[in-house]
Amino acid sequence: MVEWTDSERAIINSIFSNLDYEEIGRKSLCRCLIVYPWTQRYFGGFGNLYNAETILCNPLIAAHGTKILHGLDRALKNMDDIKNTYAELSLLHSDKLHVDPDNFRLLADCLTVVIAAKMGPAFTVDTQVAWQKFLSVVVSALGRQYH
Amino acid sequence: MSLTPKDKATVKLFWGRMSGKAELIGADALSRMLAVYPQTKTYFSHWKSLSPGSPDVKKHGKTIMMGIGDAVTKMDDLERGLLTLSELHAFKLRVDPTNFKLLSLNILVVMAIMFPDDFTPMAHLAVDKFLCALALALSEKYR
Repeated sequence: MVEWTDSERAIINSIFSNLDYEEIGRKSLCRCLIVYPWTQRYFGGFGNLYNAETILCNPLIAAHGTKILHGLDRALKNMDDIKNTYAELSLLHSDKLHVDPDNFRLLADCLTVVIAAKMGPAFTVDTQVAWQKFLSVVVSALGRQYH
Repeated sequence: MSLTPKDKATVKLFWGRMSGKAELIGADALSRMLAVYPQTKTYFSHWKSLSPGSPDVKKHGKTIMMGIGDAVTKMDDLERGLLTLSELHAFKLRVDPTNFKLLSLNILVVMAIMFPDDFTPMAHLAVDKFLCALALALSEKYR
């Protein structure tokens, strides 16, 4: 089981309580698809992904970014058992969506960059440590049920 | 994943804006890497202090950024340009190449903080490609 200090819990809760899910979700997923273009392989049914401009204007991608970010709410509400919270989602990504789990790390890195840009200097070293710890637990849980 | 002329131009543009604060950026990126990925501290057991403001961290952050600045001027042939640095990392420092990615991510985070509006996805792509190419050139002599 992952141990969280009071400070880490406070930092993670603070980030989420100030989060614009639509803005950050859209920006993070778009950034992932642009910076790591091979991730587009999973979005064949999402319309035009021809170049950065079309990706950034794509409403289906924007909606999906928001959905992904709300998916993180589950981890936030169950920080002491993220592994089991995401068991079903992990199986979904493995058996139905067939997503290479390395992609979770790529998206997590893009999310970190977007949050850093949003928070600016408030994204201190301690904040980043807590945030990346949270994301790494989520990423690990999402890949846990692959078989 | 080689650098296009546009990638190179983007990297040079950002580097031009960063070089004045290279020491600060290097120290910040290095501090963040050491904190977020504690396994990277194993390479610095000889330092007195690994905390963000420490003289060792500041000095090394500057050294790293100067190396990157040098690489920016040698973008057209990184392998040849970074030969000496590659030999240093291969035979003396022997830093596991996975760690280059960890530092790269933190350089990107610092850039996002410094240039929230200008560090667009396309700029991120160009800089990430450059740092990957740099890491590859640095590990060229490993085996």
